[in-house]
Amino acid sequence: MMGKLNVKPREIVVPGEPLAEGLEYLPSGGTYRENENIYASKLGIVEIDGKIIKVIPLTGVYIPSKDDRVIGKVIDFGFSDWYVDIGSPYPANLRMSEVVTGYVDLMKTDLSKYLDIGDIIFTKILNISKSKFIQLTMKDIGLKKLSDGKIIKIIPYKVPRVIGKQGSMINLIKEKTNCEIIVGQNGWIWIKGKNTEDELLATKVIYLIESESHLSGLTEKIKQMLDRRG
Amino acid sequence: MEKRFDGRKFDELREIEVKVGILSACDGSAMFRIGNTIAIAGAFGPRECHPKHLQDPEKAILKCHYDMMTFSVPERKSPGPGRREIELSSVIRRALTPAIFLEEFPKTSIDVFIQIMQADAGTRCASICAASLALAEAGIPMRDLVSAVGVGKVNGKLVLDLTKEEEDTEGAVDMPIAIMPGKKKITLLQMDGKLSRDELEEAIKLGVKGCLQIYEIQKKALKEKYKVR
Repeated sequence: MMGKLNVKPREIVVPGEPLAEGLEYLPSGGTYRENENIYASKLGIVEIDGKIIKVIPLTGVYIPSKDDRVIGKVIDFGFSDWYVDIGSPYPANLRMSEVVTGYVDLMKTDLSKYLDIGDIIFTKILNISKSKFIQLTMKDIGLKKLSDGKIIKIIPYKVPRVIGKQGSMINLIKEKTNCEIIVGQNGWIWIKGKNTEDELLATKVIYLIESESHLSGLTEKIKQMLDRRG
Repeated sequence: MEKRFDGRKFDELREIEVKVGILSACDGSAMFRIGNTIAIAGAFGPRECHPKHLQDPEKAILKCHYDMMTFSVPERKSPGPGRREIELSSVIRRALTPAIFLEEFPKTSIDVFIQIMQADAGTRCASICAASLALAEAGIPMRDLVSAVGVGKVNGKLVLDLTKEEEDTEGAVDMPIAIMPGKKKITLLQMDGKLSRDELEEAIKLGVKGCLQIYEIQKKALKEKYKVR
């Protein structure tokens, strides 16, 4: 039996919309199969790669996955660990051994010497247990505590557009605004510039990318916006 | 041909207006107006479930909160959930649950808050329509949208989408129905009054027809928000 495609690539679909008929097509992210048909399960844009159909969501909260590099905020600490808010529905835990190398005498040391409540950290998801318990680590290249600067939050599914192909978009913003920028996979973005105006421009540009990420000709628009100022 | 009180045909819906993404504090939101009934819904989640004893280690839980504004009816409605509001919250939750992939987010909760700005019959149907749009806009995975409409019998005639005036006539029957239009599955069916078996079947057919019309409007409204300008 021949399969039949009901949608065009880059079309916006709503949950429950039939995407394809027949078993030869394969459902990927944002879709599901029922009987022989594939339906969308999220509001998003259709992407067709050969026989694989997926829907790239336009909105949604951050759902953590292993090895994601995220930005988080320390919200509490226990006897030898910290609890970190990474904007996901599940709490994240950062153990002492994932922060400090060497022996630490817990009886004599104050944990806030390393990380305090309210600190912003760039961290990596080490593991997610089956019961959705998240382990974080600070032991990888580039992971650090972030001081100064500001945090903005965008929809996590827009992060790839903010970064661009091989970092083209983010490098363009960094270069034109003279800001240090770190983008977490959870949609939290840390910006630190030499002055407030630079930071504000970078913020404005990132929010524009977020709101118009599904439209074409975005890179040109951003370039123009950044050049007008320079 | 006889007409209804407001001049509509027997199988005609009231004027519908839908807006998606009206509130910025929610993950997803929608306004659904049908005639003089206005419902606003805001959705959050999936997010950490509190209180923790409600958590389900196998799936997310859906929480619905329905309430009416004090000024939504001619006589002041006292604020806060009463018997009617608690029941309707539960009814709406049950109508939406089959449409959501709750098993994808264990231990979390998905919250929907619905406020009725103005009431002229069919508030639970308007709430369901608004809530399903808000959930879709919040990026929550769903099997299908949910559309709902009221059907009933007024002066011995089966009619679609009753107004308060029609609902209050002698011997009127009111039957709200919610369906998943793509799947042709009923998620809510209540009835207040008496119908014969044949009339019931006829009424369900009429309701499904109305829901399909609403579904098209819902779909259009969701796509409208992200349209290429």
